[in-house]
Amino acid sequence: MVEVFEEISPADFFYRNRDIAGFTNPSRAIYSTIRELVENSLDACEVHRILPDIYIRLSKISNNSKEPGTYKIRVEDNGSGLPSDIVPSAFGQVLFGSKYKLRQTRGTFGLGGKMAVLYGQITTHSETHITSSLGKSKISEYRLMMDIQNNKPIILSQKNRSNKMKWHGTIIEFLTEADYTRAKSKIIEYLKQTAIVAPYANLTFVDPRGRFYKFDRIIESMPKPPTETTPHPHGVDVETLRRLIRISHVKTMKEFMRKHFQRVGETTARKFLDYADIGPRKNPNKLNSDEIVRLVNAMKNFEGFLPPDSSCLSPIGIDLLKAGIQKELNPEFVEVHQRRASAYSGFPFIVETGIAYGGNIPKTGGILLYRFANKIPLLFDEASDVSWKVINNIMNWRHYKVSPDEPLAVFVHICSLKIPYKTVGKEFIADRSEVEHEILNALREVARKLHIYLSRKNYIERERKRLNIFQKYLPKIASFSTKLAKKEKEPDIEPLLRDLMKYDDEEK
Amino acid sequence: MTMKKSESSVKKRKKEVVETLQNFGHQMYDQLSNGEFPWTKMPSRSINNIFYDTNIRQYILGERYVKRSSGNIRHIRPLTQLVWTALFANELSTQSKSSTLRDVFYSAQAYEMSFTDQQESDNIITDLETVLRYPREDFNVFPEERSAIFGDLTIEYTLPGYEGRQLNLTSHPDGMMIGPALTNAEFADCKADKVIAIEKGGLFTRFVEERVHEKFKAILIHTAGQAPRATRSLLRRLNRELELPVYIFTDGDPWGMHIAMVIISGSANAAHLRDLNTPDAKWSGVWATDIVDYKLPSDKLTDLDVKRLHELKKDPRYKGKLWKKEIGIFMNIKKKAEQEAFSRYGLTYIVDEYLPTKLEMMAD
Repeated sequence: MVEVFEEISPADFFYRNRDIAGFTNPSRAIYSTIRELVENSLDACEVHRILPDIYIRLSKISNNSKEPGTYKIRVEDNGSGLPSDIVPSAFGQVLFGSKYKLRQTRGTFGLGGKMAVLYGQITTHSETHITSSLGKSKISEYRLMMDIQNNKPIILSQKNRSNKMKWHGTIIEFLTEADYTRAKSKIIEYLKQTAIVAPYANLTFVDPRGRFYKFDRIIESMPKPPTETTPHPHGVDVETLRRLIRISHVKTMKEFMRKHFQRVGETTARKFLDYADIGPRKNPNKLNSDEIVRLVNAMKNFEGFLPPDSSCLSPIGIDLLKAGIQKELNPEFVEVHQRRASAYSGFPFIVETGIAYGGNIPKTGGILLYRFANKIPLLFDEASDVSWKVINNIMNWRHYKVSPDEPLAVFVHICSLKIPYKTVGKEFIADRSEVEHEILNALREVARKLHIYLSRKNYIERERKRLNIFQKYLPKIASFSTKLAKKEKEPDIEPLLRDLMKYDDEEK
Repeated sequence: MTMKKSESSVKKRKKEVVETLQNFGHQMYDQLSNGEFPWTKMPSRSINNIFYDTNIRQYILGERYVKRSSGNIRHIRPLTQLVWTALFANELSTQSKSSTLRDVFYSAQAYEMSFTDQQESDNIITDLETVLRYPREDFNVFPEERSAIFGDLTIEYTLPGYEGRQLNLTSHPDGMMIGPALTNAEFADCKADKVIAIEKGGLFTRFVEERVHEKFKAILIHTAGQAPRATRSLLRRLNRELELPVYIFTDGDPWGMHIAMVIISGSANAAHLRDLNTPDAKWSGVWATDIVDYKLPSDKLTDLDVKRLHELKKDPRYKGKLWKKEIGIFMNIKKKAEQEAFSRYGLTYIVDEYLPTKLEMMAD
């Protein structure tokens, strides 16, 4: 019997495996669609330091209230826009590993909106409209479909319009199957949490029932955008190394090490190649399989590399995170902290934490946890996340005089070139000891500040109560004793009360 | 005989109480005027500051004092309550109104001064007694329990509306209730030459029926168990002002003994007060000796009774020969008897035989 092997395209592969990309069912799919498109838009703005204005509209096309139904999704942004010739492949073709450099991006799967477009097409058999401009003279408009089997865009039509207003940005619109009724709360929560980590963005969402959700920009500054960087040797696998060799033009191993890896200079390259027992003058293209494996193992084990460079990362920053929390939750107290960069397996990462108390934060009987990875909110599988573990199993909240029945929210953001997700679903972060350690220390820092705040608040509260008691009883003693002594005028107790207050001020 | 010398004693005492209350008000007022947090000092009533004074034969408070200052967050509320209670007591006294402990508890609420519970308000009243050194009956705060009096004593009311009116206490065969009006009355005339205090109501009624008041020229007082302080105070006045000897008849058990003892030597709870006891009163029966001598029907002492006897043995008030002897016999015979036990010899035996024998014996 002969087995038939069939080659499948990447698009086909994702079509068959859409579960892992977050398109399990119509409710999860519309959530993922909006999320992918919004994150695309935010990235498109931030790389060029444009304050994002993002408009999302979801309207129902099917004429009944049955769910799931057919919906039209439209997302507009004022980002940098795409060059006209890139548009078809940017939205109509699933591409793999074309990058040999690394950059911190939001996109969970590196697929951008392509998976959303693909899902829309297979559920509604309809086309996608793209309008984009770089802010130059032309605006280009495309009608596209995707040839899933061959992984190619089909251009149905393309027009250019003149761009007198010098508009820049991208508008995408297509039909898709969705269950909005079920997805609604997650979508709103997603937008709200996005607003927390991007308080510099205007996010507007018009839902199918015409409800208008607006998350306003409250701060004009933006985080430093992430920059591209070469990989750190500790984080390289055999396949990556092979690809690097294929695209490289350098002729010696020493040059190869210096050019394609971060923090490797002349001396380090020489020491390393010596350690790996590979000649520095050897042509990378001449490495055999054994040598490549040996090289990768040596890269993992060699201790002479400098730690990974974190300057390529783009954390939110304490001012922005604080502003975002303040804006969306209006707490009585908020404190945020940013750890210095750390690294796991050759990937730099930075942990930022926040703690918020009181105000609009509800009492839930537990600590509300907000998780973010590379500036995107993580809404699913909370209890499997390392932050959950740190908050609920490791942190000793009693030490900070905080009890779980108080209104308390904790924020954990981790940014990295590669987020250590535990599963392909990419909804929760693995409990790697380096990451756990950073989260724990960052949380302790903000918890200490909360403790100080609460102690002071309690003290003031106690003093206020104390003063209240004096203010309640002293006048009574004055009045009773005046009557008992048959006096006309009550004694003046104001100086005594003033003394009490003065005493309080000193103690504060 | 007519009691000229006691005529003004009630009024005089009332005047002193009102003055003391107002002085207390002055003290608070002056402290406030001087920019001082008002405070007061009173003897500590804690158990280790209560001592037995063998000279005056009652419990007294020692040298330790407590200070209540409104500058102290924990004291300001009880001090305010104390001042209010003084004001309330002053109103009661000056307007000749009487009140119960329960009334005080409720009246405070009108001044946004509510007490958490009656325990708290009772404590504050005891504080006021301690500060003023007058029992609450002197400022017209009475407990609920009442006892009764019967005998040839004529009293003259001082109560507004009854002022000057006289009443002979043989007017009603159930006895007259010893309430605020009677407590505040002057003694106008007395034909009796002794006082007999009786623990049990049944026996009190029998004594009235058998005309003990005539046969023995006695004023009869029903203590209704442990005598209320107003009754103890009245017994003292009868003893001191009218110079009448007081004989106490109780059940023949450690509890009955103690009812007599509290009348004679006062209680530890009232160690902050004077003039509530009658040191010369005599416990006249039923003794343990009587149980033996009269072969009275008796019950076995319970464990609790025996325990109580051991306590009494250590009590400094029980140092007297009679007490020691009777405790010893109780422990020996391990028996107790009620006053009614004499009925085995007929209903009138106690009046015809026992009482005259006892009175004769005690008069010696």
